[in-house]
Amino acid sequence: MKAPPFDYHRPASLDEALGLLAGQPDARILAGGQSLVPMLNMRLAAPATLIDINRVDGLDRIEEGADRVTLGAMVRQRALEASPVVRRRLPLLAEAVAQIGHPVTRNRGTVGGSLCHLDPAAEIPAAALALDARLVAASARGTRRLAMEEFALGMMTTGLEPDEMLVAVELAAWPEGHGAGFAEFARRPGDFAMASAAALVALDGAGRVDAVRLVLGAVAATPLRVTEAEAMLMGRTPDTTLIAEAAALAGPCVTLEDPQAPLWYRARLATAMAKRALTAAVGRADRKRVAA
Amino acid sequence: MTATVMTATLGTRVPRIEDPALLRGAGRFVDDLRLPGTLHAAFVRSPYAHARVLGIDTADARALPGVAAVLTAADLTPLLTDLRLPIAFPEGQLPPEVMPFALVRDEALHVGEPVVIVVASSRRVAEDAAERVVVEYEPLPAVTDPRAALDAGAERACSTADGNLFKRFRVAFGEVDAAFAGAHAVVAERFRLHRGGGSPMETRGVVARHCSESGELTVWSSTQMPHELRHTLAERLSLPEDRVRVVTPDVGGGFGTKYLVYPEEVAVAAAARALDATVKWIEDRQEHFVSAIQERDQHWSVEMALDGDGRLLAVRGTLVHDQGAYAPHSVNVPFNSATSLPGPYALPAYDMDVAVVRTNLVPVIPVRGAGYPQGCFVMERLMDRAAERLGLDRAEIRRRNLIRPDQMPYPTPMRTRAGAPIAYDSGDYPACQAMGLEAIGYDGFGARQAAARAAGRHIGLGIAHAVKGTGRGPFESGLVRVMPDGRVSVYTGALAMGQGLKTALAQIAADTLGVPVERVDVIAGDTGFVSLGHGGYASRQTVTAGSSVLMAARAVREKALAVASGLLEAAAADLVIRDGMVEVDGVPGMAVPLARIAGMLRGLPGYAFPDGVSAGLEAVEHARFDQLAYANAFHACEVEVDVETGGVRILRYVAVTDCGRRINPLIVDGQVTGGIVHGIGNALLEEFRHDEQGQPLTTTFADYLLPTAHDAPPIELLYRESPSPLNPLGVKGAGEVGVIPVTAAVVSAVEDALAPFGARFAEAPLSPVRILETLLQTGLRTGPRNGEGGTP
Amino acid sequence: MTGDPRAISMTVNGREVTLTVEPRVSLADALRQDLGLTGTHVGCEHGVCGSCTVLVDGTAVRSCLLFAVQAEGTAVETVEGLARGSALHPLQEAFRRHHALQCGFCTPGVLMTLVELLRADPCPTEAAVRDALSGNLCRCTGYQPIVAAALDAATVLAAEAAP
Repeated sequence: MKAPPFDYHRPASLDEALGLLAGQPDARILAGGQSLVPMLNMRLAAPATLIDINRVDGLDRIEEGADRVTLGAMVRQRALEASPVVRRRLPLLAEAVAQIGHPVTRNRGTVGGSLCHLDPAAEIPAAALALDARLVAASARGTRRLAMEEFALGMMTTGLEPDEMLVAVELAAWPEGHGAGFAEFARRPGDFAMASAAALVALDGAGRVDAVRLVLGAVAATPLRVTEAEAMLMGRTPDTTLIAEAAALAGPCVTLEDPQAPLWYRARLATAMAKRALTAAVGRADRKRVAA
Repeated sequence: MTATVMTATLGTRVPRIEDPALLRGAGRFVDDLRLPGTLHAAFVRSPYAHARVLGIDTADARALPGVAAVLTAADLTPLLTDLRLPIAFPEGQLPPEVMPFALVRDEALHVGEPVVIVVASSRRVAEDAAERVVVEYEPLPAVTDPRAALDAGAERACSTADGNLFKRFRVAFGEVDAAFAGAHAVVAERFRLHRGGGSPMETRGVVARHCSESGELTVWSSTQMPHELRHTLAERLSLPEDRVRVVTPDVGGGFGTKYLVYPEEVAVAAAARALDATVKWIEDRQEHFVSAIQERDQHWSVEMALDGDGRLLAVRGTLVHDQGAYAPHSVNVPFNSATSLPGPYALPAYDMDVAVVRTNLVPVIPVRGAGYPQGCFVMERLMDRAAERLGLDRAEIRRRNLIRPDQMPYPTPMRTRAGAPIAYDSGDYPACQAMGLEAIGYDGFGARQAAARAAGRHIGLGIAHAVKGTGRGPFESGLVRVMPDGRVSVYTGALAMGQGLKTALAQIAADTLGVPVERVDVIAGDTGFVSLGHGGYASRQTVTAGSSVLMAARAVREKALAVASGLLEAAAADLVIRDGMVEVDGVPGMAVPLARIAGMLRGLPGYAFPDGVSAGLEAVEHARFDQLAYANAFHACEVEVDVETGGVRILRYVAVTDCGRRINPLIVDGQVTGGIVHGIGNALLEEFRHDEQGQPLTTTFADYLLPTAHDAPPIELLYRESPSPLNPLGVKGAGEVGVIPVTAAVVSAVEDALAPFGARFAEAPLSPVRILETLLQTGLRTGPRNGEGGTP
Repeated sequence: MTGDPRAISMTVNGREVTLTVEPRVSLADALRQDLGLTGTHVGCEHGVCGSCTVLVDGTAVRSCLLFAVQAEGTAVETVEGLARGSALHPLQEAFRRHHALQCGFCTPGVLMTLVELLRADPCPTEAAVRDALSGNLCRCTGYQPIVAAALDAATVLAAEAAP
């Protein structure tokens, strides 16, 4: 299990990195390496060139804006966990990230790496969809922003062009007082989820659902928003019965299956995780204070 | 100066002598050896479960810079007396064709079987070259289901064999048919145990150095059987045994996986000799998943007959054992499974028909537990079934059938494969059960369970017994030598692979010779020091090597006292040994150090040995053992099942162990705890899976799931000590008895938790999907269906 | 040519070292083969078992998933740097007291994982210890003694740190 030979570049600036990427047809970006390097060691991937962006200046920032929080592509998963901004403004992401792998893999694993690897079971893409992510792609040709729907095209397939690199993701920060919940089931804590659910809930002054997002992970090729469940919850008081009814709409969305998690089983898990995520989100949401 | 503490260490929690080096990163595992000029090997392995090799083109690989050799079976054939590995069991049990070749000659029988060895300047280059070897295969039908393999007209797992049956045998005693005819109740069930492995954290590895100047072949191997490896290499390479030395460095766990002479070891040694060089091969983890032995996979169909009081009358049935592609240890695993089934219970009649079947999967030899966990699982599950059928409490039905302490020693009607009677030597099974039940709070569990159910939680309690034959003979070597500097060296053919063997043997030697443990060095598994040895398996070493070291140390002590008696002009009976000094008891200053006696017994001009004293302050013993010492255990655990996901969490685990006298309770705790967590893997997580073509689906640690720190529950350890009458230390092995009852206890607890749904489990490991599938099948009448969420 | 070796420098256990490696060489292999620091063990080479865990600039990482060239200019700490001369580190002492190691193969990675934990969280809960350990596979101990040793070592280290 030794990686095949490759050329190695370690650009110091984004321009340098994008220049290298533009000139190398068979290059891979090396970020945290927690998914790519095992594939190299198993010789399942053999790129001619690795462009190591670990020392590109400015890619590891967490920037708090009025409505959005911008995360640089090289923000480590462990840094997200520790970030007061993330915990305060993006509690969903903070909860999701703590369930990725193990502390030592999160030390290296990055936001951008997880989004670009786009494993169907990954936590960050599911949270990103729930948080209306805008993905910032840069190339020597310029910069553009993609919605999650444009970015997550299919099973481990992104909408990035070959010369493009993900440099940041802009996530919607829900208003103070919203509730978030992230639930997943895996064989062992830290394993790839067999189903996950991300929920965001905001309540009005009467305790009715004012805004809601429900996203499932590990149930389809890409993260999936359960809009029917959201519609069912909107404007209503989210008691146990309603949450269970809404969560039950998650099961039929499942299309991914394998011998370890057949469709019927994953559907039950999806429903259970949706229920748990919604329950947690509702429980954590404050009623909007009615202006005096 | 502070008074030296006397060295009465037996039975105390002495910190291990192995630890300081290992904690500093100064251990010496086989991959840590850095010998000058070492070449590195990689193997080209069969990608098919069953295929004929039509041709091999190595030209591209040989052309790669840095490649020293690319060898096929045809290249190895002239280097070996026989390309096939020799049988390592008594002749007549199975034919030589059950053994693998050093490299596949013309028919690969499982994915991962080595076909070509590449030797290069580095492992990286060797892997680059291995990718360039072109092997032309003709895929053949793969046999993966041992039951279907027995059908008339089934495809053959090996085209040159008569069929897929390695062997069929019966383990039987008593009047079985009559017992069933007169039974008050009969319970029957089919059971399935899936493939699991040892999974040591250190993979296999071997370094072979050939020196044409001396004609010596030195081999360092991460093996559990150095003497057998030396014998095999000497024989196959036509070298005198004393020209081959096998050294076992630190071994990073074995658990049975390394108790085999593997094809790669022969191929690497042959390549080293052919190149007159040093060749290292370190198995990588993916190779390990497809070429290191596995175990556990069995299909049982069994019924149990009972009288109206719940007393056992008879058990009968069939066992179909998946042996994989080869049978390098004959039929020992299924034999153990069949003979271990009665366990701690007085069983009047028994008839088990055992079919040992060849499949195109990785070969099977014993993994920690060695077939016992399967026999235990079947028996304990049937006891639960019987309790339910007869309306008896699960603990009560066991109590009624346990062999009583007044029946010890208890001869079963069964015999070992060597023909010796299977007789339990000592133990108090009912007392162990009582201790365990009290510790887990058995009597109050019903109320706890009812309260939990009322709160929507599903908790359950499971119990299981185990009995394990330990201390397998026929002997183990122990050589004790006092060095001229006063340190004591202990040499043995037993094998240290992490258990703490060195500390245990050091304690035995230290206490006997009156020296501190720190002054004892133990060299285990080096054929250069002891000519005979069996190695590490079957929970045998504290019994066998421990006894030999004890006897050898006693002989050394007698010798030292005889010499000191002359020097100190005192009767031997008046002498004691303290802190390495032979002293006249009660006469301070009248003393002679062991070091000086050792020096004198090296032979000094002008010193005549006392009468009857031979040269050297040393002795060697090969204590012989024909009978096994039977350790036993009773386990109880509490689990919670999440009925929405099928997830299981073990809340508490209680283990009562009786492994006789404990030399070092710290080490015994470690053996039992490790065994329990291995068992939890077998119960809930660990399963080697493959598709119908025999392609393995679990070739990473992300797919083959070992228990992590999250999966290991709080474990409470309790002991009884029933000394074995069969050895001078009174000890029994502790390495395996911890793993054996775990699967049975955990599955029993899961079933208990889900009793309201009528769920029944007869399979392990219990994955969440299996649990939920069962719940949905049995609970359909009582619960909502798919998609409705909530409780099934 | 693809993957030609290059010279890199880093600090390992406080000592400046320079070595020449192909870019494809993992930090684990470089430590073991080029620097002779064989205390760092390689158990799976796909980032699951944790045996190869070392600290890079104070952060615990899988050294099988980091190429040596990536560690250029960093400060690497391995198990060999843990002991205080002839005395063992309190964590190592606690491992011995609690029999938190058997074969010792996973131990260096476990120790380095816990070193990071105890630096960041000097008084961890049992749950925090188990979470930190969850990425380190051990086949021998059943983890319970490792958890006990970590908690015990935390107490010892806290007492050392107290004025």
